[in-house]
Amino acid sequence: METFYWMDKLVLVVLLFLISLGIAAYQTYFERKLAAWIQDRVGPDRAGPFGILQPIADGVKMFMKEDFTPMNADRWLFIIGPGIAMFTSLITSAIIPWGPNLHLFGREISLQVAEINIGILFAFGIISIGVYGIMIGGWASNNKYSLFGAIRASSQMISYELAMGISAITIIMISGSLDLRAIVESQHGLNWNIWYQPVAFIVFFICALAETNRAPFDLPECENELIGGYHTEYSSMKLGLFLFSEYVAMFVSSAIMAILFFGGYNFPGMDALKDNPNLLAIIGVAVFFAKIFLLIFVFMWIRWTIPRFRFDQLMHLGWKVLIPIALVNMLITGFVVAFYHHWF
Amino acid sequence: MESLTNRKKVVSDKPMTFVEKLYIPAILKGMMVTFKHILKRRKTVKYPEETREFAPIYRGMHVLKRDEQGRENCTACGLCAVACPAEAITMTSAERTKDQAHLYREEKYAVTYEINMLRCIFCGLCEEACPKEAVFLTDRLVPTQFERGEFIYGKDKLVEPADSRIDITKRQFTGKRTHV
Repeated sequence: METFYWMDKLVLVVLLFLISLGIAAYQTYFERKLAAWIQDRVGPDRAGPFGILQPIADGVKMFMKEDFTPMNADRWLFIIGPGIAMFTSLITSAIIPWGPNLHLFGREISLQVAEINIGILFAFGIISIGVYGIMIGGWASNNKYSLFGAIRASSQMISYELAMGISAITIIMISGSLDLRAIVESQHGLNWNIWYQPVAFIVFFICALAETNRAPFDLPECENELIGGYHTEYSSMKLGLFLFSEYVAMFVSSAIMAILFFGGYNFPGMDALKDNPNLLAIIGVAVFFAKIFLLIFVFMWIRWTIPRFRFDQLMHLGWKVLIPIALVNMLITGFVVAFYHHWF
Repeated sequence: MESLTNRKKVVSDKPMTFVEKLYIPAILKGMMVTFKHILKRRKTVKYPEETREFAPIYRGMHVLKRDEQGRENCTACGLCAVACPAEAITMTSAERTKDQAHLYREEKYAVTYEINMLRCIFCGLCEEACPKEAVFLTDRLVPTQFERGEFIYGKDKLVEPADSRIDITKRQFTGKRTHV
């Protein structure tokens, strides 16, 4: 049984790795397509039918480029930076419950790599480590623009993590668990948290935009003032890893948002499939991915609609608007939960 | 004062209301604008596969015409080169020998005839200057190249093949000239 357990996990890990990278690759394609559509253009359409081979062409291009390390850069940190960024983006996907349990080969297979009961804490921990990739990369480049980007990234991440954490606490309070699986199970059917916590969702979503360095919060890399920000000095696949890790982070944070607010793999009418757990699992995974893709679409849609913040506006929004809103929301939720449980 | 146009707008700097300060309605409004653009029909013409229809008098790549018997019309008189404001045309001439009578219409012919397509401004003055109805502008485009030298078109590219003639009637019959 033990060997089977490890085999299942290994298969799941490899699958997740490939799926995350594949989705990240096609996110780049879809991002470009969507940008083109919003700007009344056609977008990449030369590589393959409708340009669907574009990510492969981009990947080949990235590999072919000269891998340049600046003369005064710290060689080791310069290499470690993109590695950390990629690692932290990918590792969060380990705690995400991708679907209900499968019943195959006479045993129950969990679609979650690590069933840890403090899943959401782990996620927040990893997200805060994620800034190290950018910090180290920007610092090691020995370039003022990179350093600016890195400093902006770290201050932005610290500011928005607070509001993000506080709005996640409201979810933890109403579902009564830190376990992501338990949070998903508590939103059975259409009983999603978004109906109870719309304010927390808006705060969380804005913070997720900031945490993944997406427009309108893409100050760490803003092309036109910092010429690429923390990855100014990067080239070839190291740059590719940085760009890729951003897309993986977007995918994973969409998954976490889908879990916290949109019921994960829950969908209305799931009780009708109780007798067929495998079908339920497959549809559950499909529904989960549909929610993730919808959120990714919104991420991109916002990027191509709203211009970038100024840095003081960013700080103002984070500290003076989002944190108070999240705090008040948390207090109200706390009182309501206490009343509900007749604690006074 | 009475305004001449109806574009005048009264500017106001009244303080924002609470709903405006939330920004979210404005953001949603902006997002609806971009969403409408996603659904719009694109006007892009995917060039190598589709081409836009040209005006009938479009002045594109030149052709050196042959007559009905397949003989080259050009006598290398040089009037096109003189008329050319961009000095894009050069040629060398030679006298026709007896056995070349089926190749060239007149006694003198162009041994080389070169148009530098990078210099050419496609004004059509060569066509107007030509007394022998030899050079014409067509609705074909000059294809892109990687080297500058490849834009100097010699007779191999300019003279129309005897078996596949280039149609020039569209431009010629639309303009002021009514004969070819």
